[in-house]
Amino acid sequence: MAKLIDVSDLNIYYGDFLAVEDVTMTIEPRAVTALIGPSGCGKSTFLRSLNRMHEVIPGARVEGKVVMDGQDLYGSDIDPVTVRRQIGMVFQRPNPFPTMSIYENVAAGIKLNAKRMKKSDLDELVERSLRGANLWNEVKDRLNRPGAGLSGGQQQRLCIARAIAIQPDVLLMDEPCSALDPISTLAVEDLIEQLKLEYTIVIVTHNMQQAARVSDKTAFFNLAAVGKPGKVVEIDDTATIFSNPSQKATEDYISGRFG
Amino acid sequence: MTTTATAARGEARREARARAGDRIFKGTSTAAGILILLILAAVAIFLLIQAIPALRAPAEEVMGGEGLLGYIAPLLFGTILSSVIALVIATPLAVGIALFISHYAPRRMAQGLGYAVDLLAAVPSIVYGLWGFTWLAPRLTPLYRWLSDNLGFIPLFAGPASPTGRTMFTAGVVLAVMILPIVTALSREVFLQTPRLHEEAALALGATRWETIRYAVIPYGRSGVVSAAMLGLGRALGETMAVAIVLSATGAVTFNLIGSTNPSTIPANIALTFPEATGLDVSVLIASGLVLFVITFGVNMLARWVVNRRAEFSGAN
Repeated sequence: MAKLIDVSDLNIYYGDFLAVEDVTMTIEPRAVTALIGPSGCGKSTFLRSLNRMHEVIPGARVEGKVVMDGQDLYGSDIDPVTVRRQIGMVFQRPNPFPTMSIYENVAAGIKLNAKRMKKSDLDELVERSLRGANLWNEVKDRLNRPGAGLSGGQQQRLCIARAIAIQPDVLLMDEPCSALDPISTLAVEDLIEQLKLEYTIVIVTHNMQQAARVSDKTAFFNLAAVGKPGKVVEIDDTATIFSNPSQKATEDYISGRFG
Repeated sequence: MTTTATAARGEARREARARAGDRIFKGTSTAAGILILLILAAVAIFLLIQAIPALRAPAEEVMGGEGLLGYIAPLLFGTILSSVIALVIATPLAVGIALFISHYAPRRMAQGLGYAVDLLAAVPSIVYGLWGFTWLAPRLTPLYRWLSDNLGFIPLFAGPASPTGRTMFTAGVVLAVMILPIVTALSREVFLQTPRLHEEAALALGATRWETIRYAVIPYGRSGVVSAAMLGLGRALGETMAVAIVLSATGAVTFNLIGSTNPSTIPANIALTFPEATGLDVSVLIASGLVLFVITFGVNMLARWVVNRRAEFSGAN
């Protein structure tokens, strides 16, 4: 559970285009690391490179090292499928499997891992995951209804339940609240607060208040100009970033002067 | 005050003009919709009126001398049997090809393959008939002999094997090749439309490519594939020339797919019998056409029902 990720000299490409340049950072276990920065600066791209989802896009590739628990995730003997089973992901828009029920959605990851599980154990795991995502009380009477029938905020928490059901070491969240209303956002933020006791969490957000509220560390990404690669400008404790950043660009960004 | 009033009136006028456009568009699209229904009704009424003499005729005057039902039933059996064989062969193959094109093949190869499949659809049915008769049938005879020798205990392959190969099974294979392009093309389109988000959901859970297809692509495309199969079935049910050429029909009702006695199909029978039909015979043939019409209609209804049954799980919301 909850592992440390060491990223060094990571360059991320789309074909020949260098999208993110030279990222080096340490992502602490049992903590929330927030990635902030203007649109197009490569936050999401960087996030997706952590669980090798980046390379799903044709032509996309990565140079450098991402080491988790002493293992280079981009090592030649590493299967990306295995990486993704250890590093869960929640997307910008809720994406429950539309043809599956709430129950099936949560159990989907377990079935994929081809673990044979007794019905009672599976029931228990589904309940635990839904409770973990603060969704159990709302859906316990309709587990066999389609997951797509829930509200947006509930769907997003369903996706979180689905991600934590396979007990990953790390949870990546790509703007998980950007499609949600304030109340659902609050519910998800509370959830993140609880989840960080067990997981390493990396969250991309455009909402700086959110970064300030939920994260322990914040990395500020920026790009020199459109068409230039994004870079990490600064990474520090969230309190420091928001009160006393060392870079002028960071201060300008968080005080709303650009971006 | 006056300026706002004029502005408001100008606004209203613009709105009125927009409404006129709306009305015209609504009118034309409604007319088009009604036209379809009128054509359908016209065909149904024509078939019904022309079939009335056959419906009223005494049994012994109908071709074959066993009444209208006795005449049409074997044909209907043959029609459905050949189409079902075609569907059973073509659907899995088409889904496989479509998945290969949409998710496995390198882009350039996928494109070439897509064109090849579309080209198959452009081949006239009579050409398929000739191919089935002169090329496929003789080459299938050894298979039939083997089937009847080794799997003869299955009623489908009871034999004795047809020496010409012009069997129900051959007809089914030819029909399968004919409906393959349309089922493939439609399946490919729905598979390509799978939302990226659904596929990534599966991938992020640690799904392999095949698992992604099973979890995200196939469930999303299922109703589309059913529709595609039903369209293919519709074409197979109505196919005339290929079956007329390939099948050596004797009118027997049998599940033996590889023998030399085979039921004919409704369209093939109409094509073969119509030129020499007069009077009541024409009416009988049209009555068989009416049956085909109803069956095809039923197949489409069934497809609708299958698709709608799990509508709330379809992902359309």
